[in-house]
Amino acid sequence: MLIPKNNANLMRTKILVRLASSYLENKFAEADRIPLELRPKDGEVSRCCVYKDRAVLKYRCMAGLGHCPDEETDELTTLKEYGQKALERRAAPKNKLSVIDIACSACIKSQYVITNVCRGCFAQPCRLNCPKEAISIVNGQAHIDPSKCVNCGKCYEVCPYHSVVKIPVPCEEACPVGAISKDEFGKEHIDAEKCISCGRCLASCPFGAVVERSQMIDVMREIKETDKKVVAMLAPAVAGQFSSSLEHLAGALKAFGFADVVEVAVGADITTQKEAAEFVERMEAGKPFMTTSCCPAYYRAAQIHIPEIRPFVSDTKTPMYYTAELLKQEHPDCVAVFIGPCLAKRAEAEYDPHVDYVLTFEELGAMLVAAGINVDDCPEVSFAQVSHAQGRQFPISGGVAGAVASLVGSKVDIRPEKIDGLTKDNIKLLKRYALKGGENNMLEVMCCEGGCVSGPGCIALSKKAARAVEAYAQSGDSLTVDKKAE
Amino acid sequence: MNKIKIRICVGTSCFVMGSAQIQSLEFNAPADIADHIEIVEERCMGLCREIAVKHNHGPFVFVDDELIESATYEKVVAKIREKLKKIS
Ligand code: FES
Repeated sequence: MLIPKNNANLMRTKILVRLASSYLENKFAEADRIPLELRPKDGEVSRCCVYKDRAVLKYRCMAGLGHCPDEETDELTTLKEYGQKALERRAAPKNKLSVIDIACSACIKSQYVITNVCRGCFAQPCRLNCPKEAISIVNGQAHIDPSKCVNCGKCYEVCPYHSVVKIPVPCEEACPVGAISKDEFGKEHIDAEKCISCGRCLASCPFGAVVERSQMIDVMREIKETDKKVVAMLAPAVAGQFSSSLEHLAGALKAFGFADVVEVAVGADITTQKEAAEFVERMEAGKPFMTTSCCPAYYRAAQIHIPEIRPFVSDTKTPMYYTAELLKQEHPDCVAVFIGPCLAKRAEAEYDPHVDYVLTFEELGAMLVAAGINVDDCPEVSFAQVSHAQGRQFPISGGVAGAVASLVGSKVDIRPEKIDGLTKDNIKLLKRYALKGGENNMLEVMCCEGGCVSGPGCIALSKKAARAVEAYAQSGDSLTVDKKAE
Repeated sequence: MNKIKIRICVGTSCFVMGSAQIQSLEFNAPADIADHIEIVEERCMGLCREIAVKHNHGPFVFVDDELIESATYEKVVAKIREKLKKIS
């Protein structure tokens, strides 16, 4: 993956801030100025010219307004019109990741290239080891025939001079499930049937060509234009995202117009208790192992790409589910907005009867910046229901398994293992577990390496955020095994 | 030699607009500058409000007493190197 904050990501934040202020100021009356302001005529250019930059920015703005770039039917439709269309929506736009055609640079497909470092040696291990006879010696140097090459990488492994380089396609490399691939023109496309909405392609594309539908405008409309009670549910990864205390942040959300703020860590406490009980039950029934179920990208990957693992995935629901359920029991008419680091949560929310919208921390940040709210300056608001150490540690790798293990008690032996990052290799590992079992009996699977604190919707550096989460967990009371039995 | 003081604004505006990522100086600053800097977190310094234009030029970072607007990791590192050169 790329360094966390790069120009492509920074630009996305800027776009969101501009869109949010454009809404707050005059409901998108001047939204069509945004691409021009972000790429002024005399300013720097990142593609071929300022005009192409602006065209790409317009598509990125569309996504920020909750439209897919491929929904475009008339190129002359203005951002103002797209903004107004967004305000006419009465339900969250469906989760979808897509590629902006003109922004995709159609990275070269051929993945292995022989460089000038090649000495045209006598041994020629590259040529002799190539299973497809794709390598020949041209003008004293080895050469790969792209029409024969199958990208196996043998030549790369055997060249004594390291003269073979691997040129990856970043999005394809990042996608763990093969959902993104090239069309006949070399442009990337995302297969919605295969996509698990993890957002890895979006985070890894150096051209900022991958976008997803935002729900930011919808949430702002609910707050500003209806008298519904809009409640924010802050995911446990929030600790550290705004470099202020959670009480101040809750105050900031109220200042923006949210009616109430609850912690999803409370739901995570419930997930911990239920999952621990389920684990004991499964082990007593002689099952070889169980995996967690709270990471929605993993959950979906298990459903469509790793069917072997399905019987071993916990049936316990996610922290978001329990939190929203509690919320809707108390206030059936409220609008429940989950705010977290995750893009896959948007997909999960589509199946959750209680969750109405999902925002990322980045989108929330953009809303606060647009409204001119400084979190530290807001009065502290405390949470009605207090979360425990277990629920608070969910967003760091090892946190969920640790929380569950702490409540399993002495009845059964728990040997937890963390699968940190849903990479292609880890998917193979899970398949092996499903077929043959393994040493451990409790597998925690997190799609993002490091846990939710590394999610694509985060603001803070994952290292710093992880520290803040740990500190917050330590400051909480612990659930105990006894309490569970109550 | 006195260390160069890097004051990174972590007020909401600056933090969201990218100062969060400049904090990676705390973890893996380039070897030539790592020992010569001291990093301080600054709450909102009010600079994000003191503007006539609609959008501020944050994130704001001070390298000693020099203000960097629209700060990025690269810009801050370049400024630190420039200062180090002057001192030596
Ligand atoms: S947030 Fe940095 S100056 Fe206000």
